[in-house]
Amino acid sequence: MSQNKPQKDLLYALVTDVGSTTTKARLFHKTKDEWRFLVAGEAPTTVETPYEDVTLGVINAVKEVEELTGKKILKPDGSGIETPFNGKSGVDIYCTTSSAGGGLQMMVAGLISSMTAESANRAALGAGAIVMDVMAEDDGREPFEKIKQIRSLRPDMILLAGGTDGGAIEQVISIAELIKASEPKARLGASYALPFVYAGNKDLHNTIQNMMEKSFALIIVDNIRPVLEMENTEPARRAIHELFMEHVMSHAPGYKKLMQWTDIDIMPTPAGEGLAMQLIANTYKQNSLGVGLGGATTNVYSIVDGRFVRSVSANLGMSYSICNVLKEATIENIMRWLPFDIDPDYLGSQLSNKMIRPTTIPQTLKDLMTEHSVAREALRLGFNHHKSIATRLKGVSVLRTVSDMFTQELAETYIDMMKMDILAGTGGLLSHAPRRIQSMLILTDAFQPEGITKLYQDSVFMMPHLGVFSTVHQQAAWEIFDKDCLLRLGTVIAPKGTAQEGNEVMSVDLEMPDGTEIEETVKFGDLKLIPLATGSEARVTVTPGKGFNMGAEKPEAPVRGRVMGGEAGIILDGRGRPLWIPSDNNKRKELLLKWFKTLELYSKDVLETF
Amino acid sequence: MAYTPGLKVKRIDILSKERRLPVKGEVLVNLGDKVNHQTLVARAYISGDPTIVKVAIHLQIEPNDIFDYMVKKEGDSVNKGEPIAKYSGFFGLVKKNINSPVKGKIESISPATGQVIVRGDPIPINLNAYIPGEIVHILEDEGVVIQTKGAMIQGIFGIGGETHGTLKFKVNSPEETLEANMITSDDKDCVLVGGSFVTLEALKKSVENKVSGIIVGGIGHLDLKEFMGRDLGVAITGQENLGITLIVTEGFGKMTMSHLTFALLKDFEGKLTHINGTTQIRAGVMRPEIIIPHEQDIKESEDILSGGMIIGTPIRIIREPYFGVIGKVSSLPVNLVQLESESYVRILEAELNDGSIVMVPRANVEIIEE
Repeated sequence: MSQNKPQKDLLYALVTDVGSTTTKARLFHKTKDEWRFLVAGEAPTTVETPYEDVTLGVINAVKEVEELTGKKILKPDGSGIETPFNGKSGVDIYCTTSSAGGGLQMMVAGLISSMTAESANRAALGAGAIVMDVMAEDDGREPFEKIKQIRSLRPDMILLAGGTDGGAIEQVISIAELIKASEPKARLGASYALPFVYAGNKDLHNTIQNMMEKSFALIIVDNIRPVLEMENTEPARRAIHELFMEHVMSHAPGYKKLMQWTDIDIMPTPAGEGLAMQLIANTYKQNSLGVGLGGATTNVYSIVDGRFVRSVSANLGMSYSICNVLKEATIENIMRWLPFDIDPDYLGSQLSNKMIRPTTIPQTLKDLMTEHSVAREALRLGFNHHKSIATRLKGVSVLRTVSDMFTQELAETYIDMMKMDILAGTGGLLSHAPRRIQSMLILTDAFQPEGITKLYQDSVFMMPHLGVFSTVHQQAAWEIFDKDCLLRLGTVIAPKGTAQEGNEVMSVDLEMPDGTEIEETVKFGDLKLIPLATGSEARVTVTPGKGFNMGAEKPEAPVRGRVMGGEAGIILDGRGRPLWIPSDNNKRKELLLKWFKTLELYSKDVLETF
Repeated sequence: MAYTPGLKVKRIDILSKERRLPVKGEVLVNLGDKVNHQTLVARAYISGDPTIVKVAIHLQIEPNDIFDYMVKKEGDSVNKGEPIAKYSGFFGLVKKNINSPVKGKIESISPATGQVIVRGDPIPINLNAYIPGEIVHILEDEGVVIQTKGAMIQGIFGIGGETHGTLKFKVNSPEETLEANMITSDDKDCVLVGGSFVTLEALKKSVENKVSGIIVGGIGHLDLKEFMGRDLGVAITGQENLGITLIVTEGFGKMTMSHLTFALLKDFEGKLTHINGTTQIRAGVMRPEIIIPHEQDIKESEDILSGGMIIGTPIRIIREPYFGVIGKVSSLPVNLVQLESESYVRILEAELNDGSIVMVPRANVEIIEE
């Protein structure tokens, strides 16, 4: 790397993401005083036989970049990336993210499901891992069941938490004994020492050291829950990352070589994506929700009042995992988004065929609409998973008011869509949607934003790239992010509540940038689209109808604000929250078609034939 | 964009099969040995299952007093039901025994938790050759590589593990469906070849008649769900214990079996056939396989797959609206073309067997060997 070059002198940066299916190279360039995205190159990932060397895929993707720019980047003998840029060839920095070969797969354990085990789960997810199992003393399973499970799992790493500092001892040792006795085997082979991170009661450091050091590659870090009122995931997250590089990555085919090519450590793709999402929240200083919808996984990120939480749903995705979406969502829930009848067996076979041939793409509109329906469900399930992780710290006494006594329980999750200002999406399906309004409605249907929410999406899939690049040059990453990556879709205005069809949901007064005023009344079941170009803003006053609210202190009180324009514009969503879809099949299809036509979601000519 | 690589359909191939133990063990054959499919080539023992006995809790004693009550020490062998700890109190009037729930060895006695771990007897893993052939490489303490000459066909999806049987045809054309009434008790231990589809009833009847395996073009999504007793979810298969191995060569739904595959299998009717339905789509891709060892010596044609796609390359379309249709590449336009879905992608034009020309994304075809 051009470690010697000061940041201000950097001119070219090459970043790749070695995905489970495709390796995506992005070249960034500083022109005059600003950093911009230059070109993209893609090639199939070569982690599997017969290649078994990820660098081949990287070379192929970079070759495409070379062809498009006419600039040499690879070393002449193909032994890596030429750095630094010498005025003619090479780049100043090369870095990469990776999720190939199944990503980082972890098993986590703690003492109490809702406390230390949950914190351990959050730490593992925060490090970009796929969590295969969360084990706890009180998880309802008998020891023999847990042993059976540990023996069948083949994780890349184990994280054990449990006990506050000075707290439980015996029970934590008991879990450690159970894990050790189970003799877990690593996914990458019998000869490989399984990494084990201990982040529990500090009084047990010596005991754990003596018990585990011969059987595992052990790292002991500060307690994840030193006291009940505090969660300290950072030391565990750092240890996971360190072990990931040392033990997991270096064993994956070709990664040892790739690690020598890169200027900074390889980062798991969800970690890179997460940094990009944090960049949005930090820059706008607003609560944000982000999602990466991939072929194998769905990653959801939330930044609420500065607290960042990531979830990785291992088996929710649009290609490899599409049948698991079908299984978890049920075929009926996928079909509810389609404005035409389809035989469930045919649909199931169609999705199974996508799973076994994951690189195929929809050719017909009906096929595209089917994938969009699956995407809504994958995102909905991924968001549910996220909400189960983005929770208040349990075990901490919370001051309750008299009115709380009459409510059932405090909400488990602190994610409140009314308080979310930004919703952003990335991933192949969203980035490659033929019309931008399609990804806007998919995100809206899945996450059901409430109040006034700005929607963004990744233009050509480079959020993970910019995430890892931001660790080297934050300013440059943001410039590219803002100008070339973060595509403004527009704003969704959606009051919370429900009503009978035809009742008023809201009246909206918009003062457009040219001074014209638009007044709209939205009835229950209506969707309206008001064009407002990217870069423009309008003033808005929303007065909710009876039974609806926009997040004002007094329900039904009007709210005022500014709305952001974008490729799609402003959606006035009168479908209620929770979103209403009629149960009557004909009525449902009729309404879906009406929504799709109103938003010009798909080709009108084809929709007319349904 | 890349096209989906075709699956292997080879009449003659020198096949090298690695047989590796999951843990280190003992290799039982020598370099150059000739083996048949049942020959044991390696053996290992994995440690037995641990069973945790909560001695302190059951005896109501302090964990760190546990050694005072143990009648067995670490490393001792125990039989199922044999006492491992005893409590005697109140002048010997109150007695309590803790017996081992399994046969095995005392692995650890923990004064921290008051738990005893009894390790069950080691579990042997016997690895057979799976296919006949010659041992060409010894993987020290781990296994062997066996080489054989034979036909090799990869399916697209399968369920069930390694098995073998005599190859037997149940249909006359690759378009035909394998129905329940075609299965008889004579099919016991055979590997049956169907055409485009296997019905749920045919699958069930095959299990009843102890058929070893079925090779077929397609299967219905709901039929598979009912047969497996669960939704497939993630495509990692091979461990099912359904009494049969199924190999699907083309995909889900009614799918005419590739004529090449059908003809190749037909040539080896009556031969001992080895199949494995294990499929893994992600992270270490594994496709189901059919191996038919033979001594035929035919000059192999050039490997079409290695040449990439050119005008005239035979292809199969692997996505709607032409799923399963076979044709030849008639044109490879360079520019991006807009599809009905409105995406702009690289396409090809294909001449189908009926002479018609259709446009398909390059991502939606696979090269086949005809």
